[in-house]
Amino acid sequence: MIKTEDLCYTYGVGTPFERHALQNVNLEIPDGALTAIIGHTGSGKSTLIQHFNALIKPTSGRVLIDGADINASGAELKRARRAVGLVFQYPEHQLFEETVYRDIAFGPRNMGLNDEEIDSRVRNAAHLVGLGEKYLERSPFELSGGEKRRAAIAGVLAMEPKALILDEPTAGLDPKGRDDILSIIKKLHEENRDMIILFVSHSMEDVAKTAENVIVMNEGRVEFEGTVETVFSNAERLRKIGLDAPQMTLLADAMRGAGFALPDNIYTVEGAADAIARIFGGGGDV
Amino acid sequence: MFRDIIIGRYIPGASALHRIDPTVKIVFTILYVAALFMIDNPVSYLIFTAYTAALVIMSNVPIRVILKGIRPMLWIFIFTAVLNVFMTPGEALWSLPIFSFTLKITKEGAAAGAEITIRLLYLLIGTSLLTLTTSPLQLTDGLEKLLSPLGKIKVPSQEIAMMMTIAIRFIPTLAEETDKIMKAQTARGADFETGNIIKRAKAMVPLLVPLFVSAFRRADDLATAMEARCYTGGTKRTRMKESRFTRLDAAACVIFTVACVLLFAAEYLIQI
Repeated sequence: MIKTEDLCYTYGVGTPFERHALQNVNLEIPDGALTAIIGHTGSGKSTLIQHFNALIKPTSGRVLIDGADINASGAELKRARRAVGLVFQYPEHQLFEETVYRDIAFGPRNMGLNDEEIDSRVRNAAHLVGLGEKYLERSPFELSGGEKRRAAIAGVLAMEPKALILDEPTAGLDPKGRDDILSIIKKLHEENRDMIILFVSHSMEDVAKTAENVIVMNEGRVEFEGTVETVFSNAERLRKIGLDAPQMTLLADAMRGAGFALPDNIYTVEGAADAIARIFGGGGDV
Repeated sequence: MFRDIIIGRYIPGASALHRIDPTVKIVFTILYVAALFMIDNPVSYLIFTAYTAALVIMSNVPIRVILKGIRPMLWIFIFTAVLNVFMTPGEALWSLPIFSFTLKITKEGAAAGAEITIRLLYLLIGTSLLTLTTSPLQLTDGLEKLLSPLGKIKVPSQEIAMMMTIAIRFIPTLAEETDKIMKAQTARGADFETGNIIKRAKAMVPLLVPLFVSAFRRADDLATAMEARCYTGGTKRTRMKESRFTRLDAAACVIFTVACVLLFAAEYLIQI
């Protein structure tokens, strides 16, 4: 479980550029959660997730992983960093090795594992992100954008973290690359029931399609949180802080306004197609 | 650590020092440094100190920023001071025989040590004041103007200025990128802080390779963007904002000249 207690973070304390990036963030993310963090640019999402593996130390407040304060004196930073795998924005920019295999092995090797264990982890992680054997001996720099990103995610997965945190994992990908990444996230969630998966996203569609819970950040605070249903049924509140509900929710709202009796839990294209087809007496195949 | 270095940093403001024409500022900074290494007499140093203090006050840059900027250089100061104090031959003030050779502080050494420390300190403050009060863009504008007479002997001053502008423009970008990659690799268990020199040098590979890759990518993108806007070298460019010699610049010239005259007088008329 990842828990924060009154977490505050201020950039540039004592300089003219002082800025409160996080203010009194109290969160509890249980094991097995598949949670999305949404929020405007500069709402503190990236700052928040960097706290989860102690890359940033809180100005005040605490970050607890399974009850242990990761910034307590004597706490081992490396332990926190192993427990929480962080995939940054555009993770493909961190690839550096000669082969995909060696790049994925970088994390496990830093953990001091033996070659046998490293080998099995690398192959397992590559498999999880859908990179077959033939990719392992290629240079990461000759892969396509989507493949590079999957290789970079595999590099974090190979460390077998208890929690996987991804900062805008689909940014800058084409629709197919985007779907690939989202289905990897879903698959990971289904196959590892204890793993916490947290991802930051700007796309309400991605969130609706993938996440179970949503945390809404605004100006360094948690604006509200809840299941996908509760959060997206608050379209008005989302709009107030510069966010929006998924397109399909808006479409359903508009149709309801025009007199069609649509249910109010529509977030995805599939759900919308189903509900609309039902009104017109069809089967609802997409 | 990198955040405290003030050489090359710019603090926006509207002080008199900020508004002086960059060309004037660059010339005066060069003369300031030249004067600093020519003076040799306690009274001159006093005048120089007063002049430097006046500049610092006029710049409106918080004194804290300047003090913080000195800190990373402290070891260089101490190192040069110690070398001078112990290595200058002359009349011994204090000595300690160690085996076959004697460690001694000479009168000349103490003076040279103090002098070099003061000179380095003022060198740092004076040159930092230039960049602290001049935006990189103004700085290259000033340099371009200074270099423009060299255009007659086929020195491509505009291209040099453009290259400098681009280089300066990308310092913060690359610093940010370095920070990001460092964090990403740290999250994968990379360790940049412990271990011996060889281990640390090896630890730089996961940082440097992605950094170079991204620098090349950015260079490529920028070149494409410039060509798409029809940039070619070697054309005579006019500028949108022509800088003019203002009364402020004239005042700066007068003040600087007065300081120089005072220094000259102190140096040659007062004998201690």
